[in-house]
Amino acid sequence: MPDLLIELFSEEIPARMQKRAAEDLKKLVTDGLVEAGLTYAGAAARSTPRRLTLAVEGLLDKSPDTREDRKGPKVGAPEKAIEGFLRGAGLTRDQLEERDTPKGPVYFALIEKKGRPAAEIIAEVLDTTIRNFPWPKSMRWGAGSLRWVRPLHSILCILSDETGASVVPFEVDGITAGDTTEGHRFMAPDRFAVTGFADYEAKLKAAKVILSPDERADHIWAEAQNAAFAQGLEIVEDQGLLAEVAGLVEWPVVLMGDIADEFIPLPPEVLQTSMREHQKFFSVKNPKTGLIEKFVTVANRETTDHGATILAGNQKVLSARLADAKFFWENDLRVAETGGQAWLDSLSNVTFHNKLGTQGERIERIAQLARAIAPSVGADPDLAEKAARWAKADLSSEMVYEFPELQGLMGKYYAAPAGYPVEVASAAVEHYSPLGPSDDVPSAPVSVAVALADKLDTLTGFWAIDEKPTGSKDPFALRRAALGVIRLVLDNDLRLALDQLFDAQLLRHQIALNENGSVRDALLHDLDSEIADHGVIGAAIRTVLDHFDGDLSKHLEQVKDNLPDTSRDLLGFFHDRLKVYLRDKGIRHDVIDACLAMPNNDDLSLLVKRAEALSTFLTTDDGENLLQGVKRASNILAQAEEKDGVEYSYGADVKFAEADEETALFAALDKAEAAIKPAMEDEDFAAAMHAMADLRAPIDAFFEAVQINTDNQVVRRNRLNLLSRIRMICAGVADLSRIEG
Amino acid sequence: MGKARAMSDTRPKSFQEIILRLQSYWAGQGCAMLQPYDMEVGAGTFHPATTLRSLGSQPWAAAYVQPSRRPTDGRYGENPNRLQHYYQYQVLIKPSPPNLQELYLGSLQAIGIDMDLHDIRFVEDDWESPTLGAWGLGWEVWCDGMEVSQFTYFQQVGGYDCHPVSGELTYGLERLAMYILGVDHVMDMPFNDPSAPIPLSYGDVFKQTEEEYARWNFDIANTDVLLKQFEEAEAECKAILDQAHVDPKTGKRIVMAHPAYDQCIKASHLFNLLDARGVISVTERQAYIGRVRALAKLCADAFVQTRAGGWTDEDAA
Repeated sequence: MPDLLIELFSEEIPARMQKRAAEDLKKLVTDGLVEAGLTYAGAAARSTPRRLTLAVEGLLDKSPDTREDRKGPKVGAPEKAIEGFLRGAGLTRDQLEERDTPKGPVYFALIEKKGRPAAEIIAEVLDTTIRNFPWPKSMRWGAGSLRWVRPLHSILCILSDETGASVVPFEVDGITAGDTTEGHRFMAPDRFAVTGFADYEAKLKAAKVILSPDERADHIWAEAQNAAFAQGLEIVEDQGLLAEVAGLVEWPVVLMGDIADEFIPLPPEVLQTSMREHQKFFSVKNPKTGLIEKFVTVANRETTDHGATILAGNQKVLSARLADAKFFWENDLRVAETGGQAWLDSLSNVTFHNKLGTQGERIERIAQLARAIAPSVGADPDLAEKAARWAKADLSSEMVYEFPELQGLMGKYYAAPAGYPVEVASAAVEHYSPLGPSDDVPSAPVSVAVALADKLDTLTGFWAIDEKPTGSKDPFALRRAALGVIRLVLDNDLRLALDQLFDAQLLRHQIALNENGSVRDALLHDLDSEIADHGVIGAAIRTVLDHFDGDLSKHLEQVKDNLPDTSRDLLGFFHDRLKVYLRDKGIRHDVIDACLAMPNNDDLSLLVKRAEALSTFLTTDDGENLLQGVKRASNILAQAEEKDGVEYSYGADVKFAEADEETALFAALDKAEAAIKPAMEDEDFAAAMHAMADLRAPIDAFFEAVQINTDNQVVRRNRLNLLSRIRMICAGVADLSRIEG
Repeated sequence: MGKARAMSDTRPKSFQEIILRLQSYWAGQGCAMLQPYDMEVGAGTFHPATTLRSLGSQPWAAAYVQPSRRPTDGRYGENPNRLQHYYQYQVLIKPSPPNLQELYLGSLQAIGIDMDLHDIRFVEDDWESPTLGAWGLGWEVWCDGMEVSQFTYFQQVGGYDCHPVSGELTYGLERLAMYILGVDHVMDMPFNDPSAPIPLSYGDVFKQTEEEYARWNFDIANTDVLLKQFEEAEAECKAILDQAHVDPKTGKRIVMAHPAYDQCIKASHLFNLLDARGVISVTERQAYIGRVRALAKLCADAFVQTRAGGWTDEDAA
């Protein structure tokens, strides 16, 4: 069985596309072959900057013959039907066979297809593959119409077995397949012929091309580490960079060079970012000082001077780049040392969003909210407000303009020169966190206050202008912001009434949105400000009374009805995010629903505490007892209530108890209540549920011994009220009726 | 190609020698040696020999030096690598020949880069000019980690698909020359032969102008005037293109794509000046770029209505 080797040789393929392209080549070609009946034993794809290669082993040399027995029309069917069938089968009337079936005689056709040689199928599949290749971006070149990632120059396509290799005859847009390829662009540029994959890989290596990207990456990493270790240094690990660099070279040669002394004092992140982004250098750290002292670059060739010219050139470019970084750093420090006000001023001219105003206005809102949140997270309100104002200042700095990914971090470095304490510095970098689900959550109170304020301002802002995420569209990363808030609250065990924070910030947005100059808007502005500052009653009402006479109710309604709806909707969004978050932690959706139905569900810590306790409890025998006990009581009670058309919620009295079991249940309830009340006050839901579970036995005994529906109406009502008491006691933890099973 | 290789045996001595060698090399490859466009532009691409000539079906091969201005890059001549006025060397060949990469590498050899000692790399860099409504795919070419050229296959210009595709090469001359000549500060680079009777450095020629323009660009340029000029250039561009294609005086069909495009170039440069003065906010920025792009698009529309843009008498019929 032959092996197939394909190489598509082009001008330099972007590093970031190579891996995916190799996988696509493998999938498209092998799928096409299999679909045409050519099965194979194994396939592997590889890539270098100039080539995509696919090797398929153990391919059939031709597709198998096929026979199909196709059932046609009945004998005696209309002529047209028979003609149609013949056309479809590609046969003539005399080739049909009549067979008896339970429904009478029917025409059958035996369609035989000869297998086709592999080369023919490969040529077709490869043509389709090349013409429809899913490059993220492709181009035309010259006067041709073929599209490829960069100009495609040659195609190697051979089938080989023990008797030798043969070219698969094939041509696409003027490029004819052959059995030759080229080596390294500079070190071994001549064309050479190959006879199979092993020969191809070996000859490439001799021609200074390492075919496997993994082998190139491993080689780079090993060489770089050796070079660093030899000098007592270590390479800063960067898998993304390693993969990229391995995609930029066919023959990697690792070179280590120096960073000029004048640049070493720059923040290590600045050095690292500049070197990675601009030069694709690895950073080399001195583990003793933590400073980045050297770099590693990967050349694409060997030279007679062992890389001396290349290294000198790279060093020179780096110095020029770092001179820029130093220039930005020093300019920024000058602004920082004057307090950084110039940055904040210029942010007042930068639009954040066309409906939500400038960055300056946004910062102001965040600062107000951070101040309001501060006491609940244990932060000093003045410091939180200051930190919130500083947190976005670096967006105006030259360094962040050049390297946007350093936002926050530069704010941290510039905080001290600007005269801010360390809490403010930390908040600048930490307030963006957590970004992803695995990102660290800040715990410093000031950072937490600013991080919450920043995210809540964004969320309420986009809710206020009704630009919520829909489906897969979430351009402002609002889901991430909500998850960020959830993690900040839970990881720090914060007790926040989110509803109130939503309302206050929604009103701040409303104030900004109201500002279009009319008298009515000015009055609304006053109203909203008062409510934002003092709550819905008191000063707010007085302000409104001062301004409005007749149509007061209308405006109050607007505030009362409209805004709470928005904040309720936003809370719903949080609950949805929380469900996803808790589901990932193994908490069932019905457990969450049961807890969401309880009051104060905007206090996420309380909500989760409840859900976790209930979730754990339900896995125990006690949990099962609790559930069954409550359900039994609830069902009987619900039936009676429906039949009688009343709600039984009067206190049951032990003096009407007849059976011992009934008296015992009274006693058990008294005992449970005495245990549950303090447990609930301590939010010890587990203890409360234990006490509830203890009711199972007395409840069961009660139902065994006692008939609820007796003729004595007083006793019956008393028993129903007793059940109501069970329902009430057990409703304190969660709405257990929502638990399934 | 063979001849070009021989030239690299000697290293160039000056900035101008590198330019001369490039001229001679690309002339040897059959390019028309054009001269710089006589207007302020941000890059060699703005020269109508590139922007307009990359449109339409007519073959084209041209090379030229283009003085370019980027007001925001001014550093008073102090930064060793940054200038508000600098030179680009530009080559445009349509259709792009299959050996364009080899031709390009030949040009590096011609200016004294020894291929056996240096590390030349083609690193992905998709080119896009929002102001020209143009984009292409290609690379930045690295020599020992330094970007020495942009290499682009034009896919679209002025909103039109390029067919055939032009291959464009842009060399940043100062940076490239500094590297070849081993100079650390651009102002120290020999402009002419250091052994000439009157040797001149790059600084002798440009240090003073860098200072003057940096001050003007950043602090003095009258933004009201610039804004007005921008509006005027925009209006004039549209007015030119609103004219009938047949000239009533001569009776000839004269579509004034180039005069209109001059106004587009002006508007683009005025926008760059306003940007350097820091009076354009982030939101306005997009709007201004959009306005220049609209002009470029109109000019492209007009150019494809001209003979150079592939228009024929049959098109009229």
